[in-house]
Order: sequence, then structure tokens, then C-alpha cells
Amino acid sequence: MNRRHVVIAAIVALAAAWPFLGEFSVTLLCYIGLYSMVAAGLVMLTGVAGMTSFGQAAFVGLGAYATAWASTSALLSSSLGLAAGSALLPWAGLALGLAITGAVAWGLGAVTLRLSGHYLPLATIAWGLSLYYLFGNLDFLGGHTGLGGIPALTVFGVSLASTRSLGLAIWAVLLLALWALHNLLDSREGRAIRALKSGRVMAESMGVNTAGQRVKVFVLAALLAALSGWLYAHMQRFVNPTPFNLNLGIEYLFMAVIGGSGHLWGAVLGATVITLMKQYLQDWLPTLLGASGSFETIVFGLLMLIVLQRFADGLWPAIARAANRWLKPVPPPRLPPPVALPTTAAAPAGQVVLEARAVTKRFGGLVANNAVDLDVKAGEIHALIGPNGAGKSTFFNMISGVDDPTEGRVHLLGRDMGGRPSRAFAALGLGRTFQHVRLLGTRSVLDNVALGAHRRGRRGWLAAMLRLDRAEEAALLAEARRQIERCGLGAQAAALDLAPRLAGRDAAARPRRGGRAARRGAAPDRALRPGRPGRHAGCIAAARAAAHRGDRTRARRTPVPAAARRAGRGPAASREARAGTAALAIAQRGLGHPRRRARHGVRHEPRRPHHGARLRHRHRPRHAARSAGRPESAGGLPRR
Amino acid sequence: MDFQIALLLAQDGVVNGAVYALLALALVLVFSVTRVIFVPQGEFVAFGALSMAAIAGGRTPGTLWLLLVLAALAIVVEAWRARRGLAVDWRSTLVWAVAFPALAALLALVVKPTAQWAQALATLVLITPLGPLLYRIAFRPLADATVLSLLIVAVAMHGVLVGLGLYFFGAEGSRTASFSDSRLDVSGIVVTGQSLVVVGTTLVLSALLFAFFERTIVGKALRATAINRVGARLMGIPTALAGDLSFALAAMIGAVSGLLIAPITTVYYDTGFLMGLKGFVAAIIGGLASYPIAMAGAVLVGLLESFSAFWASALKEVIVFTLIIPVLLWRSLKSRHVEEDE
Repeated sequence: MNRRHVVIAAIVALAAAWPFLGEFSVTLLCYIGLYSMVAAGLVMLTGVAGMTSFGQAAFVGLGAYATAWASTSALLSSSLGLAAGSALLPWAGLALGLAITGAVAWGLGAVTLRLSGHYLPLATIAWGLSLYYLFGNLDFLGGHTGLGGIPALTVFGVSLASTRSLGLAIWAVLLLALWALHNLLDSREGRAIRALKSGRVMAESMGVNTAGQRVKVFVLAALLAALSGWLYAHMQRFVNPTPFNLNLGIEYLFMAVIGGSGHLWGAVLGATVITLMKQYLQDWLPTLLGASGSFETIVFGLLMLIVLQRFADGLWPAIARAANRWLKPVPPPRLPPPVALPTTAAAPAGQVVLEARAVTKRFGGLVANNAVDLDVKAGEIHALIGPNGAGKSTFFNMISGVDDPTEGRVHLLGRDMGGRPSRAFAALGLGRTFQHVRLLGTRSVLDNVALGAHRRGRRGWLAAMLRLDRAEEAALLAEARRQIERCGLGAQAAALDLAPRLAGRDAAARPRRGGRAARRGAAPDRALRPGRPGRHAGCIAAARAAAHRGDRTRARRTPVPAAARRAGRGPAASREARAGTAALAIAQRGLGHPRRRARHGVRHEPRRPHHGARLRHRHRPRHAARSAGRPESAGGLPRR
Repeated sequence: MDFQIALLLAQDGVVNGAVYALLALALVLVFSVTRVIFVPQGEFVAFGALSMAAIAGGRTPGTLWLLLVLAALAIVVEAWRARRGLAVDWRSTLVWAVAFPALAALLALVVKPTAQWAQALATLVLITPLGPLLYRIAFRPLADATVLSLLIVAVAMHGVLVGLGLYFFGAEGSRTASFSDSRLDVSGIVVTGQSLVVVGTTLVLSALLFAFFERTIVGKALRATAINRVGARLMGIPTALAGDLSFALAAMIGAVSGLLIAPITTVYYDTGFLMGLKGFVAAIIGGLASYPIAMAGAVLVGLLESFSAFWASALKEVIVFTLIIPVLLWRSLKSRHVEEDE
């Protein structure tokens, strides 16, 4: 029995018990379903994409008010040519609600997405409050008294007037939504969404439009909230502003966080916990305190403090861990035969591909780069050498679009790239690695590398949700595997699906014993297991950059990552360049032996004795990837 | 609208704006030093105003019990940390968890001051230590968490404090006596003494804060922490002290705002939240970083509020909070490249 079987069994059990449940339980379950829908959107937003909203209740309100107005207003029914009370009006209300919600969410997202992450939640607080006051003050929406007389839903002639029948619809919609979200996360776009939380700069350099993805996730969460509001309005048959105020918005977020903001089922768990607690706390807290009022906010707040301080991942991971002792792992999905992926066409050898002219970067009074010129022709290898703080990283950022030069121009394949984002550089075929390799520590090696191939896939969100992307997904994963093998990690390929926690920060969530890993049917390489973070990080990053372009050269015997080769080992690197299908790749690495620096014509810095001393006593590492995976501060000159 | 009404509205707006300016100062201070977006800032306003009302009415403010419980909790936390071998700064713990609460209890339970200024002082002594104690219990264990986690904790704390406010003070609002009953007639416009007190206090307090940050070594240490936490720590500035101090200042500023606003308007247990959010709108205008722009933004918010109250009083809050959208749009257009949040 694996986890999927448990889920199916639970759904079947719920469905079988449904006709026999008491009226009160059914109502409670309806609310749990409605809240879970909103919380699932917040899980996508908060736990997966690293954004937060306190204004989801306002989106629920938009969905509810839209259908309330549409199904009761004489104006709409007459202009659509429908009889008043027509069964089609709620569907018009749904369309209206989704359209308005989508537009508002897009607008809010668009004005905050470029700013630091905390502006979006602040904007949603303001927005949630505004909308609450707006609902209460618009006469055609009934003001503070609200709108009544909302008809029941009718689906294919079946009336959903009773809570019991509507509850079935609510849970069907919820389960469908969870299925679609699960599919979305398990796809090319899903990898991009997961990178939004902690790898935006890296994802952008791999061609992901991170700003666009952020807006889309925000709109998705808002649409789920509006859908919940639509169902809510037809369950209550009455709407007023109270259930859509900021407090509810905050409660929705609590549901997502307490349940486990990184897990879709955490949304259902959190909604259940909060709904039940609220139900009972509202009864006995006022008796306990001897005063009337909504004191459950005190308990919820304290609960949140404890959860965030002690179980930062929420309750679901703890439950899932306990359950995993008894359950078999879910077998890997069967994918159809892969389709062919586009590769970046090679520029003819000798053509100038990258051209930097008088690139100057100032940080306030500090001049990091002063009028630097660089020409890179197809087939050439360049190394940029300098001591700590010489401005190497800054220059890399200038020529890959991560930052703008203060003065000067950068041309890529003859195009002026002034002010273009790094994904525009990526679109022209430039791949880059970072000094601090920027792996997504909680994703598998395969996912990390497959993200590099993002730009070479085409299938979007809808295709992913409906599982229409499988052939392309198979191709992307196959490409990732190939690149991993190319970079010398082929021997460990069996372990690649294991999701090794490369960052090693989240100790509790690591797959722990080798025994359990073996039970999952894979023998993991020691180096890919946690506890040895980062030994292969450089290789993985290099494979990612290669997957981005679709490099095809013969596999090498020595397990040297492409990036290290390019930066260091001359002959191998030039061999790759000659064979190169690559338009251009730039790799940022620590460098090899000082003697080789001399060969490249860079002088030592004798004025900085500690560098000299270090360099004299150092031996060249067998492969530079050893020093990869270190924090940024350890960058610059090589250590050891 | 004639000129007279415009002047009246402007006066109203400036007075409210002055209070928002104080809150915005506190928010920028706390955010820049500790990265906490301190949503419960407004709760200090309500606590300050309602505690003052309770003391003036001869009752014991419920916030005193909150203070004593938090102080006991903080001492337990510090003792636990010491047992686990972590460095504990007992001197600052003594100040915030023993000296201030003891003084507050003495003032509220034994002395029961009758003079208005002494009551105000007692309120300040009561509210100010709440800041560092809340910081130690709720935020310090998460010092390395992301801004988003800290924001969620702040919102959770807002829920707790509003609930406690309802429990302590009930659902009825309070209004306190004015600090000054004088009325000035400036060319036909009546200026109340209280509004002069509000604006004057804001100016004096911000001047004091300016002097504190520019002239004192502690203030400079706070600024250094705000600019670069690691660098400040390397220079020997204890970052925990910076957290204590910024939260103490925030609590004190909140309490002062409460004292200032209570004679002008009836304060309810949840009034502070909306005021704090308006402070946020102002702080966001300043990018959560610039004190002078945030203060100017606060006056703008106050003016916008009073004028929209005249034209469309029902939609007053909508208009004020919608101001955040063009501000964010403007900020967004200024930035072009992807930034890493975490």
C-alpha cells in the first residue's frame, strides 16, 4: 500500500459515509471543503512560491458577491435575455467573479511583483480592508445588510439546494483542484514555480520569467478563492461583508501555515484543524473567560507562534513522516516516449558572440568595474582572473543580465542587451553558473538539472494541470539525465530521484537512513546523501547550465564538471568548444594553479601577502567542483 | 467647499498625520533594525490610550497583568537559554523584565497617580517594556527566519493582542481628558490646544529621535545594525540589544500616540490596528527605509483621510488604503531587476 492508495481509500470512505453523516457534520465538512480550496491556493502562494497574501478573504468575497449580484439582479438577466431566476445566471456569476478576481489579482500582482517580497502581503492587507469597506458601502450590493435570495445551483437539471448535495459538489471541485495543482507542481512549470521561493536569480538566468510566474501563481490562488466564494454564496444563499474581512484573510493564511504550507494536503489538514477549533473555541472560550467576544483569535495567534517557532513546516510533514514508516513509496510515474527538444544552434567559429564595451559599474562611490572591454568569439575559452573583491562577479552579472552596467554596453549575438533581464540573455542561448551554485536544496538532483532545460520546453500551465505535457516532460527529464551523466554523475544516476537535501539545512526532513533509501529501491551514492552537501553541487550546476543549451559532446571518462573544465582545464575545454553546439556558456569558478594564471597573463598581487602565501602552498584540487557549494563568502580565490 | 472648511480639514489632517508619522517612524525603525514588519504597532496605541483611561478612572489596567505575565515568561525563557549554555544578557533582562514591570506595578497598584502628567508617565512605564518582552518571546527565536515568516508571526501577534485588548478593556471605547483645553483663534480658524500638543509632541519626539540617532553611541549602534547586521555584530554591537531597544522605542512611540489621540477621538480595543496600517501606508511611501519621506507620507495620508471624509465619508478608508497601489506602482517602476528575497 502506498500513499496514493491511502488517499483513494480516504476519498472512497468519505463518499460512502456521506449519506449517513449528520446534518451538522455535513455542514462542517462543507465549510472545511470551501476553506481548503482557499488554503490550497495559499499553499501554492506561500509554501511553494514564497509569497504571502492576507487578502484571500476579499477574493472569496469577490466571487461570492459577483454571483450574488448576477443571480439576483434584474439588470443582468434582462441584458442577457434570460428569465429572472434562470439556472444559467449562477454560471454567469461564476464567469463574472473569476474575471473580476483575475483582473484585480493580476493588477495587484503586477504592481508588487518586482518589489521585495513583503510588499505584496502589505498590499493585500490594504486591499482586503478596502474591499471590505467597499462591500459595506455600495448600495447595489446591499451595503452592510447584504444581498439575499440567491438561488441554489442546478447542474444538468439536478438541484443542489440541500447542503448534502452541494457538499458533494464542493468536495468534487476541491479534489479536482488538488489534482490539477499536484499535476502542475510535477511539471516543467512546477519546477519554475518552486524556484521562485529561493532561486529567483538562478531561475531567471535559466530563462524563467520569474515575475510572470509570480503573478500567475497569485492569480491562481485568487481564482481558487473566488471559486470557493461562488460555492459559498450558493450554499448560504445570502452574502454580507462580514465573512470577507481581513480577519478571515488572516485565518486562511493560518490554515495554510498550520497545515503545512509546502504541501497541498496540508491545506485540507489546516482548514480542518482551524474550522474545528473555531467551532469549539467559540463555544467554550467566552464561558471560560466570562466575557463575550471573539477570543479564538488569541488561541489561533498563540498556536501560530508555536507552530512557526517549533514546526516551521506545519503539521502535515510530521504526519507524513510518521505515515511513511508504514507506507511504501509511490512508484515513479510512467512517462510516454520523449519528443525531441530544440537545441541552440551553434554560431560559426570566430564570430563574435559576446561583446562588452567600456562596461563600468559603480556602487555608490565604489567603482567595481571600470571601462572593461571583452570580446568572446564562438569557440573561444576565456578566464577572468583577479583577487577577492576585484569585481569578477560584478562583471559576470553585467554580461549575463543579472545587473545593469552604470555605463557601457553589452552586445550578445549582435543585439544590444542594455536593460534587458537575464532571461533575455538566456533566450539567446547564454547559460551561466553561479559562484555560489544556487541549487534548490529541497528538490531532487534531477529537478535541479531539469530546471536548466526550462527554456526548451513549451507546454504551459493548463497543459501541465491536465497532464497533456507528459511527452515533453519525459524529454526534459531525459535531457537532464543525459547532462548529469555527461558531467560525470552517471554512476549515481540511480539515486537521482531520491530528492537528496543538498542544502542540509532541514535536518528533520532529510531522507535519513540508507536502509530506508534502499527500501525505496535505490542505492544512493554516499556523496549524494545529506551530510555531504555540495560535493557534487558544482557538477549539478554545470549540468543545469548545459541542459539549458542542449550540449552534445561525447561523455568523458574523467568526472570533471563542464564548468570546471571550461574555467580551468584547457585542452578538455577547447575540445568541448570545438565540438560546441553551445552558443555561449559562462561559468564562474574558483581557479586552478597560480602558474596557469600566469599563463593567462594575469599578474600576482604581491602587495597582498596572504594571497601569495596561500597560493604558494596550495595544491591544485583534482577537480574544482570540490570547492563548489560553499557560501558566497568563501568565494573569490580558491581555498585549501 | 470654501477656504474655511479646507483649512479646518487641513488642520484635522495634519493632526492625524502627526500621529501616523509617529507610527510610521516606529515601523521603519523596527523593520530596518530587525526586519520585522510590525503589524501589531497599532495595538500599543490602543493599549496606551485605554490604559491611560483605566488609570485615570481609578481602575487597574489589564495591560499590567499582561506585562507581569510576559516578564515572568521572559525570565523563564532566559533561564532556559542559560541552562542550554547560550549567552544571556542578564543586565538588560533585569531592566525589561524586573525593573520596569516592578515600577509599573508600583505606579498602577500603590501610587495611583492623580496628576495627568503622572498618569501619562505611568502609562508609558507600563507599555514600553511590552515591546522588548514581546520581541524576546516571539521574534528573537526566529531571528534568522525570512521576512515573510516574521510578518506572519507579527500578524499572529496582532490577533493575540487584539483579543487580549477586548478581554482587558471590553468592547466599549474610552476617551481621556484633553492635555490642553485652550483654544486659539488664528484669523478665524479655531485651533485647539490639544492639536497643538499633538503636533508639538510629534515634532519634539522626532527631534529627540533624530538627536538620539545622530548624537548618541547607542543610537549610532542601532543605525549600524539597520544598515548591516553582520557588520555591526563584528564591531561588537549586540544585535539582541538592538532588537530590544527598537521594540522598546516602538512600544513607547505607540503609547505616546495613544495618549495623544485618546482626547481627540474615542479609542476602542481595535482602533489601533487601522491607525497602525495607516502608519504602514506612510512607511511604504518611504520604502520602509526613509524616516523623512515616511513622515511626509504620513501627513499626506492624514490630509487624504480628512478630505475624503468630507467628500465621501463612507469610502474614507477605501481611499486611504487604495493610496498604497499608486505608491507601489511608482516604486515598482523604479526597480528593474530580480532581487533575491531570502
